[in-house]
Amino acid sequence: MTVLARSDTALESALADLRVEAPASVGFSALVDAGLADRYASIDTPLGAVFVAWNGRGVSWVAPATDPPAFEDRFRTTLGRDIAPADELPARLASAIARRLDGDRRVRIPLDLRGHTPFEVAVWTKALEIPRGEVRPYGWIAAEIGKPKAVRAVGTALAHNPVPLVVPCHRVVRSDGMIGQYSMGGPDAKRRMLAAEGLDTRVLETEAAAGIRFIGSDTTHIVCHPTCRDARRVTARHRIPFTSLSAAASAGYRPCLHCRPVSLASAA
Amino acid sequence: MDTDVALAHRLARDIDAAFPALVAAHQDRLFTIAFRLLGERRDAEEVAQDALVRAFRAMHDYPKNRVAALRLRPWLASIAVNLARNRRRRIEDRHPPTSLEPLVDAGYDPAADGRGSPGTAADRRETQRELAAALLRLTPAVRSAIVLRHVDGLSVREVAEALGRPEGTVKAQVHRGLRELRAILESSPQPAVRATEPTARAARLVPALEAVR
Repeated sequence: MTVLARSDTALESALADLRVEAPASVGFSALVDAGLADRYASIDTPLGAVFVAWNGRGVSWVAPATDPPAFEDRFRTTLGRDIAPADELPARLASAIARRLDGDRRVRIPLDLRGHTPFEVAVWTKALEIPRGEVRPYGWIAAEIGKPKAVRAVGTALAHNPVPLVVPCHRVVRSDGMIGQYSMGGPDAKRRMLAAEGLDTRVLETEAAAGIRFIGSDTTHIVCHPTCRDARRVTARHRIPFTSLSAAASAGYRPCLHCRPVSLASAA
Repeated sequence: MDTDVALAHRLARDIDAAFPALVAAHQDRLFTIAFRLLGERRDAEEVAQDALVRAFRAMHDYPKNRVAALRLRPWLASIAVNLARNRRRRIEDRHPPTSLEPLVDAGYDPAADGRGSPGTAADRRETQRELAAALLRLTPAVRSAIVLRHVDGLSVREVAEALGRPEGTVKAQVHRGLRELRAILESSPQPAVRATEPTARAARLVPALEAVR
């Protein structure tokens, strides 16, 4: 040490020698916080293991947990950002997602939806309003966001939902009442997800096949979507099926204020 | 620095596209600054990461011409120094300076491992360990001046800008810092205790340390 003590020059060069390399995680974590890269981890869901990707802006991507390299490749190609695995989700995010899957619609989960259209975001935001264990037709979303004719576009937007489960696009079904497609593994996965939420999908599809679109109660004279919690409380004796809202209206039924059924005559 | 001027202009044009280049160019020096100010790798990692993220957010909010005019080296250093100071105060609130960890931490430099011949590498590591420990015995104000001037290599003017002090003050602090480092090293072996003034309790730990050796 006396060598250093001898001259300022030696001491100064020894000080310059104290430079160290940052661990790789420092720069990458900064990019993640800035929303310029993402991390991902797997969570357990009724559909099995699912990868959730996130960055400083919010959840960015949800997909079935396949093999990690394939998932990462698809993420990089689709979103143009780097991604790296993490051991687990940040605790607050994990519990927020768990609560949302349990049906808590008040829990806020930040989403990173950069690059998507305002129409897509409006569709996904509306889907968040559908209660757990209930379904609504594409036409309902279209009407609710003020684009009643954009039924097909609603279907497309839901198919492109980057954060399925977190945004429950599985609760939106075809306007003919049939189950429809699902990005997380097709109609069967959608049935599994709805069944896990307590919905009897066989009844749903049987009634839809029979042309039943709405259920009324002859005691309240209110008409609902078949899976509306109000409709499901109606006892079999008072349960009146309708094939259209106009048929219900002409029988003297008014639309439920909770599920807000809309006329689907023009819907695909 | 020319590359920093070019980088500032790229950041002003498209911060999302240019920010990864800023991270690549500055992460090591920000980590080094935080590490040499705090003495603990974990704290330094968090400070360096936080400094980069704060820089990103600030540049997002600044008008383009202000971003283009940023002198990145002193500006980023000032963010890291401020964050390190806040963190050091929090650490001291949490547990008074009696821990021996920084000693071990400050001397551990994986980057130095395996460089040169075994003997030289070991000597160099020992030098770094002692010097890093000595740095932590300087007062925070003198330490930040020395670390920015001689570890990071900023000019006196840049250090003054980064620390918000007059150049004359910085010169005096750097001078004083070198003198004090020399005094500490001349009186070695004497283990430094922590990033703050030695306390009575810390002084009692010195014999214990000697015994461990």
